[in-house]
Amino acid sequence: MTAVAVLEDVEVEYGPRGPVLGPVDLRVEAGEILALVGPSGCGKSTALRLLAGLEAPSRGRVRRAPGRGETAVVFQAPTLAPWLTARANVALPLELSGAPRAQAYERAVAALARVGLAGAELARPATLSGGMAMRASLARALVTEPRLLLLDEPFAALDEITRRALADDVLALWAASRPAIVFVTHNVEEAVYMADRVMVLTRGPGRIAGIAQVEGPLPRPPGFRICESFRTAVEEVTGLLTRGAGLAA
Amino acid sequence: MIRALAPFVLIAVLLGAWEAAVRALGVPAYFLPAPSAVALALVEHLPVLMAAAWITLSTAIIALVIASLAAMAVAVVVGLSPLLEAAVRPLASVLQVTPVVAIAPLVLIWAGIDHPERAIIALAVLVAFFPIFSGAITGLHAADRDLERLFDLYGAGRWSRVMRLRLPSAVPFLLEGHKVGAGLAIIGAVVAEFSAGSGGVRGLAWQILDAGNKLQTARMIAALVVLGLMGVALHALLDRAEHAGLTWWRGR
Repeated sequence: MTAVAVLEDVEVEYGPRGPVLGPVDLRVEAGEILALVGPSGCGKSTALRLLAGLEAPSRGRVRRAPGRGETAVVFQAPTLAPWLTARANVALPLELSGAPRAQAYERAVAALARVGLAGAELARPATLSGGMAMRASLARALVTEPRLLLLDEPFAALDEITRRALADDVLALWAASRPAIVFVTHNVEEAVYMADRVMVLTRGPGRIAGIAQVEGPLPRPPGFRICESFRTAVEEVTGLLTRGAGLAA
Repeated sequence: MIRALAPFVLIAVLLGAWEAAVRALGVPAYFLPAPSAVALALVEHLPVLMAAAWITLSTAIIALVIASLAAMAVAVVVGLSPLLEAAVRPLASVLQVTPVVAIAPLVLIWAGIDHPERAIIALAVLVAFFPIFSGAITGLHAADRDLERLFDLYGAGRWSRVMRLRLPSAVPFLLEGHKVGAGLAIIGAVVAEFSAGSGGVRGLAWQILDAGNKLQTARMIAALVVLGLMGVALHALLDRAEHAGLTWWRGR
């Protein structure tokens, strides 16, 4: 397997209060889905920013294979520009990378259609529901066809039904182009449902408490949440979380 | 309904008391004319007063346009460089807290005695500049942090970051700045007209000065009333404009 991004013995420290993350070793393999789970303040989002190349570690090394425009991030909030239409928001990454407007818009319209937002091209973010805005945000991340897609608690603000629907949509979208996905969540079941591997971090400074492999096909077949391998993995991750919290307590 | 009428009732009561007091005490008209006399003066001088109001208003509008373009241009240039911003900010504050009346004589000299209208526009620009400028500077820093990260991620240059992210993010602050700036442009124009004196531009302030020199107190007050009404109308208009602008920006 080839790695898309690697953290080698990485530590992040913002001030004199000591490290918020690490030391951590982490390999993101091409095409895999890796979930990062951990208590608040364990440095999950920091790890994501390191993988995105948005931040440099205080110690250790970050190696990234994707070039400019090949990494995409979806944030906790949809983070759409309110003054732009859905289409212009989704086209933004392409335009920033120098694509001509007509071509960027064409690809943006296609990306919106892929996330189920055909017809909403000219809508402003304020007129979209929370779930629709998140889909638009997802379309903006996918429009550049990234090799590495980073999701930072993308569904945290949504209701249970919407987040389950979006989880399936993300998996379907992943199956189409197979980017490596790293996503951060508080929700153990969501992590297990969406990922090949679930990495559990300890309470800050975040270290790796353990990694759980999830058996079963991706995208998930209907009823996956009630099958044995799902329950086993949820139990394993919950156990790691409990122990991870206990280690530092 | 009653709440909406309350201010008008108060105005009517005050005017009635004023009228009664002036008549009962026999106050001379050059000292304090009755409201009825002011109303007569208003009607009599209406064409002149309206023309004067237009002179003051158009001065303020020209000043607002110039101040707007200058303030945003400077803010964008300053926004491109944190070092430049650190250098400009204290200087801007010093200019801002210096009263326009104090600067007026200097500007009148520079503009030349033959061109008082230029001096008046320049002074109105000076006072309208700062609320727009500081709104722009605040707004340029108000962009969503995650959107900033997105621009980092896709390697956006400084120019496209300012034009595509920071300036659009600043729109609510710019609208507020323009609203305040427009009000100040009127005040600036009036103050500058006063400073220019009787030889100056024949706007509303000149009307007040001129009527004062001739002890035509009713005409003085009539000019004040026009000035006040102009201010109220302008404020209402700007409130609407700000609201419409915000609605457009937010997308609903």
